[in-house]
This record gives sequence, C-alpha cells and structure tokens, in this order.
Amino acid sequence: MSIQKEPVDEQFYREYILDHYKNPRNFGRLEGATLSHEEDNPLCGDVIGIDLLVKDGIIADVRFHGRGCAISQASASLLTERLHGITLAEARKISKEDVFEDLGIDISPARVKCALLSLKVLKVGAWGLGDWSTEEDE
Amino acid sequence: MYDVDAVRRDFPIFDTGVVYLDSANTSQRPRQVLDAMEEYHTKFNANIHRSAYRISELATERYEGTRAKAKRFINAASTREIVFTRGTTEGINLVAYGWGRRNIGPGDLIVLTILEHHSNIVPWQILAAEKGARVEWVDIDESGRLRQDQFRALLDQSPKLVAFGQVSNAMGTINPVKEMTAAARAAGAVVLVDGAQGAPHAGIDVQDVGCDFYAFSSHKMLGPTGAGILYGRREILEGMDPFLSGGDMIKKVSREGTTYAEIPTRFEAGTMPIAQLIGLGAAFDYLDAVGMDSVRGHEREITEYAMEALGDLPGLTVYGPPASERAGVVAFDVAGIHPHDLATILDRHQVAIRAGQHCAQPLMDRLGVTATARASFYLYTKREEVDVLIEGIADAQRIFA
Repeated sequence: MSIQKEPVDEQFYREYILDHYKNPRNFGRLEGATLSHEEDNPLCGDVIGIDLLVKDGIIADVRFHGRGCAISQASASLLTERLHGITLAEARKISKEDVFEDLGIDISPARVKCALLSLKVLKVGAWGLGDWSTEEDE
Repeated sequence: MYDVDAVRRDFPIFDTGVVYLDSANTSQRPRQVLDAMEEYHTKFNANIHRSAYRISELATERYEGTRAKAKRFINAASTREIVFTRGTTEGINLVAYGWGRRNIGPGDLIVLTILEHHSNIVPWQILAAEKGARVEWVDIDESGRLRQDQFRALLDQSPKLVAFGQVSNAMGTINPVKEMTAAARAAGAVVLVDGAQGAPHAGIDVQDVGCDFYAFSSHKMLGPTGAGILYGRREILEGMDPFLSGGDMIKKVSREGTTYAEIPTRFEAGTMPIAQLIGLGAAFDYLDAVGMDSVRGHEREITEYAMEALGDLPGLTVYGPPASERAGVVAFDVAGIHPHDLATILDRHQVAIRAGQHCAQPLMDRLGVTATARASFYLYTKREEVDVLIEGIADAQRIFA
C-alpha cells in the first residue's frame, strides 16, 4: 500500500457525499412494500434495507433504512434516487460501475463493500441473486 | 531512560513516514528479525529434523533455539511444553481438538468472557455443538473490567474448561489472570489463557500464573506472520490426541496403523514455518534485550498520554478501563463519524488505525455499538504520533461538522 501524499479529505468526502449522508433521500420504511430486503456487512456492522413499491413493473416508490458509514449511507441514498420511477427491468441493469459513478470518488479496496452494500440489498433481495458478491472474481 | 528513537531506528518501515497505530492488529518487525530470516534463507535453508547434513543441522539448531527462547520468555518448566503452531488461532483449535474432543461431553460447561476475540470463541462453540456442551459468558462492568462476582458464580457450577484472554484486543483491559486461573483450577477446570495480546505487551510467567494452556502469535510481538506458540502443561499435553496429522508427528507408521511421537512433536505435523519460527526467535531476543518491563512502562506512558489527549476532544467516547489497567490499546468513538470514515480520513494523514468490530462481535453487541475506532501502541510508538492522530481526528470533525 502506498502512502498518500496529499493532505486531502474535502476531495474524498465531497460535499454532496456528506450531504447525502447527513440528509439521506428516501430514508425510512415503506408501508405495503412489494419488495423488502436487508443486508449487513459483517466486518463493520453496517446495515442497509430497501423497500420497493412496484406497480405495473415500475418502481413507484422506494425507501431505505439502516446505519453505517458515510460511504454506505450516501451510496444507498444515491441508489434510491436512481430507482425512483424506473422499470424493474431497468433497475436490474444497475451495475457496480453505476454505483461508483454516482459516488464519483475513488473508492479504495477496503471501502468497496461499504459502497456496494445497497446494491447488494437490491441484487440479493429484489432479484434473488443469493450468491451475488461485492467481490470481483479473480 | 527509555530511548524510543533508538528503538525506532531498528524498524525500517518507519522510513516510509507511516504513523502506525495498529500494533494490536499486527506489529512491525525490526531489522534483527528480518535479518534472522534472511540468514536462514541465504545461508542454511534446509528442512529440519530429517537430514544428516550440515545446513539441515544448522537450521534445526536455530529452529529448536526458538523453542528454548520461548520457554525462557514465558518461563515454562520444559521445552517439551512449547508447541510450535502457525498462530494463536491454531493453538486454540489444537486444544479444542486434541484436548476438548476427548474431555468435553454432554452437559459440560465451558466458561468464556464477553471480551474474547473470535478465535477464543468459535472453536469452543463448535466443540460445544458437537458434544452437547454449553457455553456461559462472563460479562464486564461499566468500566470494561470482567465481573469477577459472576465469574465466581459460574465456577460454582464446576466448568470443565475456562478460556479467557490475558489482555482484551478490543479494549486493552488487562485481566487478573493469576487470580482467575487459581480460582478456576481450584474449581476443577482446565484453564486456557489467550495470550495473543498479553505476551507482546504484558509478558507472562506461566508457572506463576498456573494456567494449563497459553497460546500466542509471533506477528503481534515483532516476529513474522504464520508462526506461534502453544504452551501446555506437560501432563496435560501428554494425554492429548494429535490435531493435524502427517509427517514428523509419528513414531511409527505401518499398514496396520500409526503410533504418535512424543510431545511436542506429536502436534507439529508437516513442514513447519521454519523461517518464521527462526524470526520469532530473534523477536524474543529483541524483547529480552529491551526488557518487558521497559516495553510495558513505555506503553503505559503513551497510553496515558493518548487517553488524556483524546479525552480533551469534544464528542469523544473512550471505552474500557483507566490507563493503569490496560495495555496499549484505546478504543473510542467520535460522535457523528463512523469509525470507517474516521479511518479513511486518518489514512490521508498517514495514520493507520483499526476500525470495525475487532473480531469481537459479542463485545460490540454488549457495548451497543456496531464498530469502534481503535488506536494501539507498542514499544516504538512516539508521543508525536499520538499528536498526529489527534490532529487527524480534529480534521475529521471539521469535515463532518
């Protein structure tokens, strides 16, 4: 691991990441959710759950709940913004790269699981991909 | 006068500028340890115990030398009581397998504490599930000390085994290991002490403490990864079954069956991590030369300094007992900042701390937290490094304000 030289931080914890962390969008539970699932990261204890209300194949409403670091919470908040009003078929296509792009910051290997926890909730809960892993196959 | 700068000059890694505050996770290695392994690899690399040629004999001599050094370091009665392992985890599994499967039965009680590392929990849970035994836990009080009243009450139920750490990896609590061992043995229990944090930071005299087993790791005490020591009292080791089986651990193998070697060879199957164990020997020498009292004294001074400085920051919660009752480990929480975010920001200040559950999920549940930040110190830690930590935390607070 190389030593980072720049004094940093504002660059990493950009304003909008902190904003999504402090003021998460679509936070809470959804009464009468069609799909509801929760996952945790056993390494750090972070938890994220997502409730979806699906009408005619379209995600009519979405909420997330949970607790954790700024990266996991902000990425969940950003993901719910993506999910609003799109079809399930479109939602299925959301990739790891999409999540990283939304975050817009360089995620170090140690934080990848934080960043992808909300996507894991979607993949495992909504699509039943029980073996979906945030880790790349070597 | 303890000269921390002189100590630091022996550790090449500090040339990188890293502020390394994660020694409870793994320690750094001095040049002397690296040289000992380099010497083995370049001057007498050969397998041990098996060959009648010069460099193999030299390798065997150096390898067995570590056994003698380990015996002195923990004051065991004999080198036969020193079993080489690949680390604390293997040592505890060896006991769970080789002693536990023969001696634990249905309804038997195993006593653990809420401070334990997963490596001193999971092997016992597996054993208990297999044998129909039960596990009970000693809780902590509000200051992070084990509840001795509850411990004594559990001893009244005549446990077969009591297993606890000398020093908590997550909070740094130094447990009264001698008193607890005496009480447990008086109650008829076999006692295993997890010395992964204790051996590097507090040292031990196993004969004085009187425990049956003491397991520790090389990599937390200046040695390389992949090596460790299990101490077992001679009488108890002699009655134990092998754990791993294969080459070197046998007396005689025929098509009809196998008889096992004497202790400790019975527990050392296959080619052991020879280079690493030779490196561990150099680590024992290094700690002996500095003196464990000096190590302990320096750590206490740094820990007091750090706890005071952390206590001055707003929004800080420090877990565990006062500095006088802990090794160089300080677990804390910064209000409004998740430990992972804190660790990421501190990394940008070149500060390495651990953030997470510290392989102690039952303790995290008990504290009602999902994770903590943990700074840990060793004989090479400087006050200035604690200052950089404090600046980094203040910076994180500014960003998350």
